[in-house]
Amino acid sequence: MAKLVVHQDKIDDISALLAICPFGAIEEKNGEVSIGAACKMCRLCVKNGPKGAVEFVPDAEVAQVDKSQWKGIAVYVDHVDGIIHPVTYELIGKAKELAAKIGQPVYALFMGSNIGDKSRELLHYGADKVFVYDKQSLEYFKVEAYTSVFEDFINKVKPTAILVGATTVGRQLAPRVAARFHTGLTADCTILDMQENTDLVQIRPAFGGNIMAQILTANTRPQLATVRYKVMNAPQREEKTSGEIVDCPIDEVKLNSHVEVLQVTAKEKEKTIDSAEVLIVAGRGIKKQADLAMLQELADLLGGEVASTRPVVEAGWIDAKRQVGLSGRTVRPKLIITCGVSGSVQFVAGMNHSDTILSINKDPKASIFKAANYGIVGDLYEIVPQLIDKIKADKALGGASL
Amino acid sequence: MDILVCIKQVPGSNKVKIDPVTGVLQRNGVDSKMNPYDLYALETGMRLKERYGGTVSVISMGPPQAKAVIYEAFAMGADKGALVSDRKFGGADVLATSYTLAQGIRKFGTFDLMICGLQTTDGDTAQVGPEIAEALHIPSVCNVRNILDVDDHAIVVDMDMPHDIERLRVSFPCLLTVQKDIFQPRLPSYLKKQATQKRDIRMFTMADMDDQDERRYGLSGSATQVQRIFPPESDKKQEMWQDTSSNALAGKMYDKIKELKFI
Repeated sequence: MAKLVVHQDKIDDISALLAICPFGAIEEKNGEVSIGAACKMCRLCVKNGPKGAVEFVPDAEVAQVDKSQWKGIAVYVDHVDGIIHPVTYELIGKAKELAAKIGQPVYALFMGSNIGDKSRELLHYGADKVFVYDKQSLEYFKVEAYTSVFEDFINKVKPTAILVGATTVGRQLAPRVAARFHTGLTADCTILDMQENTDLVQIRPAFGGNIMAQILTANTRPQLATVRYKVMNAPQREEKTSGEIVDCPIDEVKLNSHVEVLQVTAKEKEKTIDSAEVLIVAGRGIKKQADLAMLQELADLLGGEVASTRPVVEAGWIDAKRQVGLSGRTVRPKLIITCGVSGSVQFVAGMNHSDTILSINKDPKASIFKAANYGIVGDLYEIVPQLIDKIKADKALGGASL
Repeated sequence: MDILVCIKQVPGSNKVKIDPVTGVLQRNGVDSKMNPYDLYALETGMRLKERYGGTVSVISMGPPQAKAVIYEAFAMGADKGALVSDRKFGGADVLATSYTLAQGIRKFGTFDLMICGLQTTDGDTAQVGPEIAEALHIPSVCNVRNILDVDDHAIVVDMDMPHDIERLRVSFPCLLTVQKDIFQPRLPSYLKKQATQKRDIRMFTMADMDDQDERRYGLSGSATQVQRIFPPESDKKQEMWQDTSSNALAGKMYDKIKELKFI
């Protein structure tokens, strides 16, 4: 087992060594230094401590998988009743890019009931092969049955990497698959790249987005990663297709489940900030709940929705579903106008992929301006009403001129 | 019904920086707390116990200091607690963490229902719950927003999906991850805290585990490796508009929005 060995004789300043550990895992007792259970094996003490004081002793033997046996990049097709979630196309686009670097194919894994006629659509986005498991018992998502199908697919196709949308289904399915194959899964990747040796470079925000971590699954296959919707770009739909559909049989016994679906109730359709093309975001610069009406008016004029930062939700002024950020929704509208938002990293991580970011803040040093394309230093209570007037005047003129 | 709730001690804040020269991760302070999402899991366990009888146990993995969150759970009404702790478990990723916890759960007892919070505020992956269930070969349901009924064999829950709500009957034993706001978590009780401050917490180390293969634990048992950490960067087009009247600023915004064809 990989471990850290402390060489006491090489430590000159114990407190300096203790201070290196960001997790407080280096302990000192009667002048003896030891590593405690809080150790995350980040090895900063090896790198930055006194030379030779802490030694990293790797595993004697690391079981290495034969990577040449695993080929192709697979995308899990996220769908509801055959309606394919757009994150799927985004991931196929990314998979094509990654696969091109290693000269391998792109696969799509499509499981459900009565989905046969929907599978061709995936070919228009560049999947080389679509593996279809069409079974009545796969009508509803049940984690055990879906994991079994995934297992069957992986054993049959042996893809080197699998991309799964970080949707409600993807986020509970991918971990079960990863654990079943004793392999790695990296959640919410924001950047993916491919190395020549087929190792998938996975970059994700850590510590609430304050740090980016680059992660490899170097010794096991398949490599699994989830990616949130609207992080990658969907490719253009092509009229011509060259891929093929592969119908996959599976033994009904494998689809047994301890979960029984009693009923499915459609939620009331509500306008969500996830799908809005324009978002007006209220931050702490909004002084009272009634002032949100002003932002709503601007949103209505631009055909958008009002969203907010966490403090506004915590104040009870707006529904939590409208919160943007790591603890809220990730959004990628075409236009986002933030009003009195300071720009915490948690917030920015949830919106910095927006196409155009306009930010109004009184403080020229506000960190939101690091994320904004256009930083407007001024009082939102003066600017927003005047902006509304200008847009209204434009509309009154039929948008002809101004 | 015997219920197990998985809880984690997390840093009090995510404020970290990387020293640009040394590359060392700097954390402000070492204060820690129970993962806020776990409070909802614990509250769910307590409500079920109050309604249907049984016990609520909690398990955590981490350094000895993590006992603090187990005592906090006692003060909220949990009956038993266990901590899985060994420096050999250090550096564990989701896979190794889930496997280690599953091993610890097997030593701790048999449970009808296991409940986890939706995710943690430090790792933020929402993966450990379902991976524990896989390691234990039991069904799992995530994003549970409501619990409707419990009988001898199963629990009926509502799973929150993007477009609908699925009502599921899940056989015991099973694992649920519950959404924020499923129930309002209670505050720890001072009297319970007094009464439980000396209660024993079971400790499980590497030596206690059924599976003694050290390659399944800690860094060795981790399938993912963090290669490097770096500060987020931005390389986008940026302009600042300032030092002019608010009317002029509104005008520039109007022009830009018009140029982008939103008006």
